[in-house]
Amino acid sequence: MSLKPKSKENLERLCMQFRQDLIKLLHGIQTGHPGGSLSSVEIMTTLYFEKLNVDPNNPKDENRDRFVLGKGHAAPMLYMILAEKGYFPQDELTSLRQLDSRLQGHPCALKTCGVELSTGPLGLGLPAGLGMALGAKLDGRDYRTYVLMGDGELQEGIVWEAAMSASKFKADNLTVIVDNNGVQLDGTVDEIMPMGDIAAKWRAFGWNVISIDGHLVEEISAAIDLAKTVKGQPSVIIAKTVKGKGVSFMEGKSAWHGKPISQNEYVSAMNELGVNV
Amino acid sequence: MTTVKKAIRDVYGDTLAQLGRENKNIVALDADVGSSSKSIVFGKEFPNRYFNVGVAEANMVAIAAGLATTGKIPFVNTFAAFMVLRGADPVRSLIAYTKLNVKLAGTYAGLSDSYDGASHHAIADIAFMRSLPNMTVVSISDPVEAELATRAAAQFKGPVYLRLSRAEVPVVFDKASYKFEIGRGVTLVDGSDLTIVATGYMLIKALEAAQILAAKGILARVVNIHTIKPIDRELLIACARETGAIVTAEEHNVFGGLGSAVAEVLVSECPVPIEFVGIEDTFTESGDYEKLLAKYGLSAANIVARAQKVLTRKQ
Repeated sequence: MSLKPKSKENLERLCMQFRQDLIKLLHGIQTGHPGGSLSSVEIMTTLYFEKLNVDPNNPKDENRDRFVLGKGHAAPMLYMILAEKGYFPQDELTSLRQLDSRLQGHPCALKTCGVELSTGPLGLGLPAGLGMALGAKLDGRDYRTYVLMGDGELQEGIVWEAAMSASKFKADNLTVIVDNNGVQLDGTVDEIMPMGDIAAKWRAFGWNVISIDGHLVEEISAAIDLAKTVKGQPSVIIAKTVKGKGVSFMEGKSAWHGKPISQNEYVSAMNELGVNV
Repeated sequence: MTTVKKAIRDVYGDTLAQLGRENKNIVALDADVGSSSKSIVFGKEFPNRYFNVGVAEANMVAIAAGLATTGKIPFVNTFAAFMVLRGADPVRSLIAYTKLNVKLAGTYAGLSDSYDGASHHAIADIAFMRSLPNMTVVSISDPVEAELATRAAAQFKGPVYLRLSRAEVPVVFDKASYKFEIGRGVTLVDGSDLTIVATGYMLIKALEAAQILAAKGILARVVNIHTIKPIDRELLIACARETGAIVTAEEHNVFGGLGSAVAEVLVSECPVPIEFVGIEDTFTESGDYEKLLAKYGLSAANIVARAQKVLTRKQ
């Protein structure tokens, strides 16, 4: 089922709004990770506003789809989406990373309504997401589990332990999305630890692989639908993205993995995103 | 004490399978040591609820965390050494942090996998597990306790570390009368001169030591602390007040285990002389289990010696 023009327009509008709000938020609190949040805007927005069966009014519904943010440092993006969905008030967002806040620097499932799993230490999201998918199968429930991972995260050995396991247990109700932005904390992925042919690696572990442009909502939408039709094996969507997408001076720069935004940078970024400040 | 012996791991495996019959939400995971941990007993009966993930302990612990979020009660099985060393990240970051209802069954704890050597001995697991907020730490002494503690862990809401031995050990407790309660220590022998506080297999050594001491006219109280966290503060304080001296005994490094936990309570509540019986911060080696325990000071004789020493320090 292809994305309706109205849905596409709505998602793109939301993505622009989230980019603006993200820059404003991270400039305001002077901490947090802009780069990896910006690269995953379209992926998370399409999931939450078009695909996931979740209800903020019934956040623990046993049949809800599960979303796990493996790359926990993109927490600001997740929080903005959860607030927009109505899991908690929008005005709480500015408490991010501050004392007594429910919004921790990395997602905490105990503190934040709508967060399915506490993440941050990279690599744990996939095996835990697999556990959720196995739980669905044991209970005969048809919800799906989605895990969003970074490409630097793929360097964690546990990712491949879990990849083997998902294949063995035929977790066809599990979809991984790799935010393939090519940049990690210390430099580009190619410089730090070249990953080679990521698609071939997943395929070799028994996964159905779908490669897309991770900034095109219609491609994301179609890939998520396609993954649902695959039986007997888990699916991974390798979404080619740009770290810092939408703010030219952040794009592809490892320095923007996690760095405070200065006043001048803030003005310039907001101008690029179509807002005069 | 009877002389009937049973292997802790056999009792654990049978109990896990029985729990599986009683509650369909109980699932079990293993990392290719199911025949050793005896989780295979459960696996044979409930193949759909048994996940052998191969040699990948951290992955196993993290999968269990995910299963727990869906209402399952996962029992995670591997050697205690690898539960802690390999599983540490998901144990801390997923299970303890979010209070997930996962039961971590660390088998072959202490030196009980004796011939495999120091690489397989677990002498730091209590220290790690008890340093995690939200973690309950239970160390099992005899076959009866193995059954009751495994049942109690399944009933308990929240993360539990079960410390299990590979060894065949004597049955100490009477199953019909033993009241096992997480967090509640048990006095086995009364005495007024000192208290021996023991956990795991060292409880049996403590009972032997008490008999030897009694023959010398020293009346040692023997207390079983099966729950190292949360520890039974009231009982420990009462023992310190009433007997005025403590010897702790554990199959673990003297740093960070039972002895440390006891000292932490007493130093602020009722400071009395304490002597620690445990592994003296050294790596161990391969060998016959009993000989190995004796070489590293985990013996009734050493408990007796420490008891005599602590009495010289008593006011």
